[in-house]
Amino acid sequence: MASGVKPRVKVPKTAAAGDTVTLKTLISHKMESGQRKDGDGNLIPRSIINRFTCDFNGKSVIDVTLESAISTNPYFEFDAIVDAAGDFKFTWYDDDGDVYETTKSIKVA
Amino acid sequence: MKKQMRNSIVAIAAASIFGAGAAMADEEAELVINGEIEIVTKTAAPAHLSDALDEVMSGWRFRADLTQEMQMDDFDNPGMLWVETGLDSWVAAEGTEGKSCADCHGAAEEMAGVKAVYPKWNEDAGEVRTLQMQMNDCRTNRMGAEAWGYDKSPAINMEALLASVSRGMPVNVAIDGPGQSTWEAGRELYYTRTGQLDLSCASCHEANYGNMIRADHLSQGQINGFPTYRLKNTKLNGVHSRFKGCIRDTRAHTYSPGSAEFIALEMYVASRGNGLSIEGPSVRN
Repeated sequence: MASGVKPRVKVPKTAAAGDTVTLKTLISHKMESGQRKDGDGNLIPRSIINRFTCDFNGKSVIDVTLESAISTNPYFEFDAIVDAAGDFKFTWYDDDGDVYETTKSIKVA
Repeated sequence: MKKQMRNSIVAIAAASIFGAGAAMADEEAELVINGEIEIVTKTAAPAHLSDALDEVMSGWRFRADLTQEMQMDDFDNPGMLWVETGLDSWVAAEGTEGKSCADCHGAAEEMAGVKAVYPKWNEDAGEVRTLQMQMNDCRTNRMGAEAWGYDKSPAINMEALLASVSRGMPVNVAIDGPGQSTWEAGRELYYTRTGQLDLSCASCHEANYGNMIRADHLSQGQINGFPTYRLKNTKLNGVHSRFKGCIRDTRAHTYSPGSAEFIALEMYVASRGNGLSIEGPSVRN
């Protein structure tokens, strides 16, 4: 596991049915591009998050392919329509095979 | 009086070139963090500044709307990432005593209000201490751990944590008592012109705040928002490092972070913001 990786998400606790809610996510990750060299001139191997997905009750909300030019600590902000109470599941896929997951539930008032 | 008139003429000229303050931040905006912590970003100047300023203003007021908004929600404030790192080291046992900060002090929230009164006189040591010096005193004497380098990441992260739990509380640095001579030394530095450009802190931050310095608005140079996340270098910045940057920009040889000069200057500049709220980690450009 790459060190210091910590996912964070912000989801409203409640919404009215049919509401559009704004979701914010941030994962601390160094996002090493694979282009840089260390002090001895050796290439530092690429180590990035290459895919990010969000599902709501099993239905895909967003599915993102990340490339090496994306900066440290990638941040995503996007909208979702909430038709019923349920769980948002956020998943980040690391180059080294690790998968980081976080789930947040939302109530419908 | 003469100086004030000149400033207002400059302001009128700028307004006519750029339209009605298009580049300016919303002057009336108020800073509320997470919808609950109310921050005083403008208040009457402390008594010792009565000859120089009527009002003191946080640097937040001088920034663009988008930068201001980043500080209104902890999720959007990149500085909070380092606060979390600071919290990790708050509970981590270190040194020969195997103690963490939390072992003596409890939860980090217990330290609310501490940041607001530093730098302050330490009776036992017989010197004025900044928060970082006090942290290192704990580390070396109570924990048996190595001191952190001044303004280096671990120290800045811890300072950011301690600032974050004091947010909304008024800066209240004592300027009398045994620390007064240090405070006076700091004031002397504040008004001393340095470098090839022959500028003092006051040249920019007292006589010309609100005016442009190249593409940027000069603030009053208040330090109530430190440690500060700066968009230009995408990390938390300490007060002494910021002083160093400013003095370098006057094309002078600078003092070092942690030096006696900067400790005195920090004490004086902090006291210029007495009454403003602690808002670190703040977001600036």
